[in-house]
Amino acid sequence: MGKTIAEKVLSAHAGLDSHAGEIVISSVDFCMSQDGTSTMMIRELESLGFRTPKTRNGMAMVIDHNSPCPSVDVAKIHKRMRDFARTNEIPLYDVGEGICHQLVPESGKALPGDLVVGADSHTCTYGALNACSTGLGSADVAAAAFTGKLWFKVPETHSIVVGGMMAHRVGAKDLMLSVIGSMSADGATYKSVEFSGESVESLSMDGRFTMANMAVEMGAKFCPFAFDSKTAGWLSARDLGSGASVASDPDAVFEKTYDFDASDVVPKVSKPHSVDCVVDASSLKGTQIQQAFLGTCTNGRFSDLEAAASILKGRHVSPGVRLIVAPASRAVVAEAIDGGIYAALLKAGATIVAPGCGPCVGTHAGVPGDGENVISTANRNFKGRMGNNKDVGIYLASPETVAASALTGEITDPREVG
Amino acid sequence: MRLNGRVHRFSPNDDINTDYIISGRYKFKIDDMNELAKHVMEDISPEFSGQVRSGDIIVAGRNFGCGSSREQAPRALKAAGVSVLIAKSFARIFYRSCFNVGLPLLICDTDWIRDGDVLTVDLDTGELFNQATGQKASARPIPKTMQILLQDGGLIPHLKKHGDFALEQVDDTIVQ
Repeated sequence: MGKTIAEKVLSAHAGLDSHAGEIVISSVDFCMSQDGTSTMMIRELESLGFRTPKTRNGMAMVIDHNSPCPSVDVAKIHKRMRDFARTNEIPLYDVGEGICHQLVPESGKALPGDLVVGADSHTCTYGALNACSTGLGSADVAAAAFTGKLWFKVPETHSIVVGGMMAHRVGAKDLMLSVIGSMSADGATYKSVEFSGESVESLSMDGRFTMANMAVEMGAKFCPFAFDSKTAGWLSARDLGSGASVASDPDAVFEKTYDFDASDVVPKVSKPHSVDCVVDASSLKGTQIQQAFLGTCTNGRFSDLEAAASILKGRHVSPGVRLIVAPASRAVVAEAIDGGIYAALLKAGATIVAPGCGPCVGTHAGVPGDGENVISTANRNFKGRMGNNKDVGIYLASPETVAASALTGEITDPREVG
Repeated sequence: MRLNGRVHRFSPNDDINTDYIISGRYKFKIDDMNELAKHVMEDISPEFSGQVRSGDIIVAGRNFGCGSSREQAPRALKAAGVSVLIAKSFARIFYRSCFNVGLPLLICDTDWIRDGDVLTVDLDTGELFNQATGQKASARPIPKTMQILLQDGGLIPHLKKHGDFALEQVDDTIVQ
């Protein structure tokens, strides 16, 4: 019987021939935690008498959720991480380096065919690189670091075939919001999701990162994309090797198959307070916004900044709108400076904050005021998510829609601003 | 093991995410779970943390615990005294994390359980009895893998006890 990518990766890492529904103990290649989840992991590891990670490629910790540090309480968390990293010789990405889900791919610690876990729900992002990666709680990640392995249920796989091509100003975020709106917030719970079809093949790697990142918003465990020339090109441009790519067999068993037509997709917005509450951006015309946020592990990459700049260049954001930009990593900042994107955004009125999660998790760098609306490229719009639960509406959209809305001061279909 | 507890239900009923269980406003500020418990469910039910008593039960609809991987969510619920969570379904990371920290979950239809009802829950069989209405129901039995973790007091105590995973021989059908 043929196998899916998830079945192959978990089997290879367990040394077994396993299929969906079975429980396996698989070796883990790499594990990761960030400053919202590390202290609990550290406490567990210390209680176990941890010395060095047994995961094949080790582990890393990333200070990204509150970066630079906004308070004395968080400074204690960061100090604890630095102390633990130094004592145990664990790589630590400190303030200014960027978001874990950009840094792990950039560092080559998530390669095709790898099995990676992280104490952050958006760890599924590395699926873009043909890896099986997933978010877990701190105890699970501690167990992976301590033993070098973890138990997994081999997930069933949902196949999502996306035919057709997307129109101008419509991109990966709009497609993914369409899919999540259709599947619902638990439509793929515990499943591995494999995207395919001409639209997905034509997507840039940054677009694939965006889609894999949001797979958890419909409950998915893995979201491995096929390995192709774009994957190889992205890795070789960074001199990261090529990993051991994995493809689904032609006779692999998919629990469900869905068909989407990308040519039908228009700019989408996810309305408060649920990611699967998805509507056309044009239907929200007239909804005033006070803040626009471009960044996060979903849309803080170079092509996201470039897409926004293509709309904002030579123009200025609407009076009364605060446009906040948080690039995904130091490398993204450098690329944006070299490409003139940084200057274009600054001149358009953007406030560019340090690489990191920025205001997405509500800790600093852009907490909205009572009663305000925010349009954001993030992946979550839960009530209170950005640090204020007093009648704040968070609308999720593409970089293009966020840029267009920042220009006009109201939620705007980017095709309307040229 | 049998538990008796008073039921708390929330609005929304479905998709109660881990941001709602414990907000990012607090999880970075407070490391003590007993302190964090004072803010549990605050964004959807500000009164909950003052009302919850040891042994109480949370009952919800679909996809409880979706969103962020923050383990502070199950830990703060446990510290608040919640003895078991019952929902139509749970999100994946939250499901694992609850058993990892020793907080049991049961999956069944929950439309017949009201806020304030008192339930008797048999964790071994999944049998539920509503003392307020006299209704009975059966939740899916807790999978063997999770029973082992629960019996050992969670994942890390399991590793301490056995020195490694002691789950290999489990014949299991598990989770949603």
